[in-house]
Amino acid sequence: MAIDWEQFTPVTAFSGGLLIGLAAAAFMLFHGRIMGVSGILGGLLRPVKGDRIWRASFLAGMIVAPLLARLVGFAPTIRIEQSGLGLILAGLLVGFGTSLGNGCTSGHGVCGIARLSPRSIIATLIFMAFGMLTVWLMHRFQTGA
Amino acid sequence: MRHISEFFVGLVFGFGLLLSGMTDPGKVIGFLDLIGMWDPSLAFVMGGAVLVSFIAFRISRNWTTSLMGRVIILSDLKAIDLKLILGSALFGIGWGISGFCPGPAIVSIATGEFKSIIFVVAMIGGMAIDSVYQRYRQA
Repeated sequence: MAIDWEQFTPVTAFSGGLLIGLAAAAFMLFHGRIMGVSGILGGLLRPVKGDRIWRASFLAGMIVAPLLARLVGFAPTIRIEQSGLGLILAGLLVGFGTSLGNGCTSGHGVCGIARLSPRSIIATLIFMAFGMLTVWLMHRFQTGA
Repeated sequence: MRHISEFFVGLVFGFGLLLSGMTDPGKVIGFLDLIGMWDPSLAFVMGGAVLVSFIAFRISRNWTTSLMGRVIILSDLKAIDLKLILGSALFGIGWGISGFCPGPAIVSIATGEFKSIIFVVAMIGGMAIDSVYQRYRQA
């Protein structure tokens, strides 16, 4: 293990984290719900009457964010190196896994940990460990080492 | 217009994901590359996010309704079962392959990256497969 100092951006990372936390806090205090993206999106697939508009409204805000950011001159870096086929496989795994495990990085990783939920702490440790293991295996495979 | 406020929360969340670097799969993979060249930035994202939301969950821990008068809805699931473990493991593998988790993937739809749309469509497909599977198991 070595630290990649050139890529390390603690200030923007922490500031962005504070904004994410602010959104999660507002969602709880005003709307009385956990801000978990996989659950909010998944709920649209199992429609319950009167339960769709708030979900669509929240997701629309997320989709509009980069458009507004671009208006004020903020152009985010997005590097997608995976192939189309790899992205389809990954998307299926992420969708199926977060639905089966009832949460993703926002629901378990931020809100669940902030609530000190043992379920969410375990889930976060597992998806982080498997993410790290997967990246390690892919890098080994790619370099042929 | 009753649900316009959710739009603004989604907007703030989206700005946070963009500023933090979570919407860059290359950066996420740098964070997951613990054994190789590790970029610890995303630990700071999580730290900042947990810090603020922790305060909100403390303040509201005994509430039954929110500031807008809505009923508080929290997960009452307690069991650490196979579904949680297997689901989180599969999610972690997909996260490692792509560098995308659900929130940042949705935010990146409108950035003009066609590949992120492919990912999001497949992700919704994966969720639908689980919905069908759960219904089949219950039947």
